[in-house]
Amino acid sequence: MEIRVENVIKEFSRYPALDNVSLGVRSGELIALLGPSGSGKTTLLRLIAGLENPTAGRIFFGEEDASQKTVQERNVGFVFQAYALFRNMTVLENVSFGLKVRPRATRPPKSEIRRRALELLDLVQLNGLEKRYPQQLSGGQRQRVALARALAIEPRVLLLDEPFGALDAQVRKELRKWLREIHDRTGHTTVFVTHDQEEALELADRLVVMSRGKIEQVGTPDEVYDKPNSPFVFDFIGESSALPVTVQGGEVWLGDRALGLRAEGTAPGSYRLYFRPHDVDLVDDGPALVGVVAGARRVAGLRRVELEIGGDGARAEIDLPHDHPAGERTRIAFRPRLWSLFPA
Amino acid sequence: MRPSVIPGFGLSLGYTLTWLSLIVLIPIIGLFLKAAQVPLDEIVKIATAARTWHALEVSFGSSLIAALVNVVFGVLIAWVLVRYKFPGKRLLDAIVDLPFALPTAVAGIALSALYAKKGWVGSLFTPGGPLNEWIAAQTWLPFGLSSFQFDWKIAYTPSGIVIALIFIGLPFVVRTVQPVLEEFEAELEEAAATLGANRLQTITQVILPRLTPAILTGFALAFARAVGEYGSVIFIAGNIPGVSEIAPLLIVIKLEEFDQAGAAVIAGIMLLIAFAMLLVINLIQAWARRRFGDV
Repeated sequence: MEIRVENVIKEFSRYPALDNVSLGVRSGELIALLGPSGSGKTTLLRLIAGLENPTAGRIFFGEEDASQKTVQERNVGFVFQAYALFRNMTVLENVSFGLKVRPRATRPPKSEIRRRALELLDLVQLNGLEKRYPQQLSGGQRQRVALARALAIEPRVLLLDEPFGALDAQVRKELRKWLREIHDRTGHTTVFVTHDQEEALELADRLVVMSRGKIEQVGTPDEVYDKPNSPFVFDFIGESSALPVTVQGGEVWLGDRALGLRAEGTAPGSYRLYFRPHDVDLVDDGPALVGVVAGARRVAGLRRVELEIGGDGARAEIDLPHDHPAGERTRIAFRPRLWSLFPA
Repeated sequence: MRPSVIPGFGLSLGYTLTWLSLIVLIPIIGLFLKAAQVPLDEIVKIATAARTWHALEVSFGSSLIAALVNVVFGVLIAWVLVRYKFPGKRLLDAIVDLPFALPTAVAGIALSALYAKKGWVGSLFTPGGPLNEWIAAQTWLPFGLSSFQFDWKIAYTPSGIVIALIFIGLPFVVRTVQPVLEEFEAELEEAAATLGANRLQTITQVILPRLTPAILTGFALAFARAVGEYGSVIFIAGNIPGVSEIAPLLIVIKLEEFDQAGAAVIAGIMLLIAFAMLLVINLIQAWARRRFGDV
């Protein structure tokens, strides 16, 4: 099911949580809403679900205007960060709830409900636990019950609000992989909210980066990571360093030093140069950025060093092989491989 | 026993037991000792007397009805106070506690004045009263409904007792359910809605089960309070032996006749029944707590 969000505005007591947001989600896509807290990502998800009503704008499921429909009618599967399982019901009762509350005309017979619930518990690898109560399960198991419960109603879209936010790192990783598998198997159009960029990059077909109620960038993980379209996205996704530079004659300058970076077609003026610590080449001669090591720390298989560049205290981080001999005050020259300029 | 991480177990338990003994246990033991002075055949005679049985029946029966009524309306009031914003909400919230503070005799007198034949409410249900006259005037009603007439005497009957007990027990249910409802996660209701449940299904299958332990607590408190109530009831009950005479009143009557042993016997029986009932409610609560999660 395709989802189209058209010019949606949502205000909470005059404060805009979403400011004229439009977004298209393709059928069968796994898409991540990513942003810092307060960026409006959860509000957007809740608007799609119908748990909030937009102040203005419309939301379409396929050709159908879903904004006119109640939550119940929208038939969405929603998974909450805190699971929101019914504690007075067993795992099986939780999963069958959505089918049991259907009006008699569309409600499957009891045996069929049970069969489908057990099948879903099988899908989420919880077979044998159907008689337990949610309190008797671990966090990861609870979230899987929540997902099975959401899938039981055969939702048109699946919406997940920070589904792994309450879990520890190990379980998160496992569930992430497993959610991708489930998605590939069931093919639901899925939107999930996260503030964890690693999760978004690894899991999603496309990312929607949000900030302060607006969409900053929409694209595949590669597009967003390699070609961030704003300083915000550059900062928010992955590691980045920024240096104040000037452009003159199609060349990037730091102070009075040319950096060997061509910027043809860029108007002369002040800019900030953004690049990622691992997208740099160490150079021995020629124009380059030159700095002295001010600090270093081990980051997984690499060593990240902080360089003091130029006389006015500008700093940048680059990655070196962990066995690089650079020590305190060592002089290092490098050139960014992938970089962007944004007006200062 | 292994020493606990939290220090002071011995001290606090000793303190608790001493206090409980001084305040609760010793008076109760005294009561049973007093009752034990009575020869056994005398105890049996008092216990099986028709008047005693009627009094116990009236006491426990009306307390049960009152507590059940309070459960329904107490939960409703708690719901309204928690879920809606309206002007005067704080005021209403404070009014709920009034039955706690009002001297129960005052409540009894006020209620009997209201529910007496000539009282504002009582007159409505008296033959010839304004409500009955109005019904009689509605000649357009089908099935001869207009000839229906209320003839319900409330004050000075068992109905009056129930009204008084509802009055004094109401705050217990409201005040036990209210905090639980306040902490109820909105997400659970939202989850039920996304799964297609309508409001009625959400309330009966998701919200009420979670409130069950709190409702039981409120019920037990309101019930226990009603069983022991004296002040308000004697003004509205009419106190006709065998009809609207409550057990506490019978105890007072015995005392006034200098029959302290008889009073102790009836009090002992009351205590045993009340204790048994509260124990059962507690067990149900413990079960509900296990079943529906701790509340």
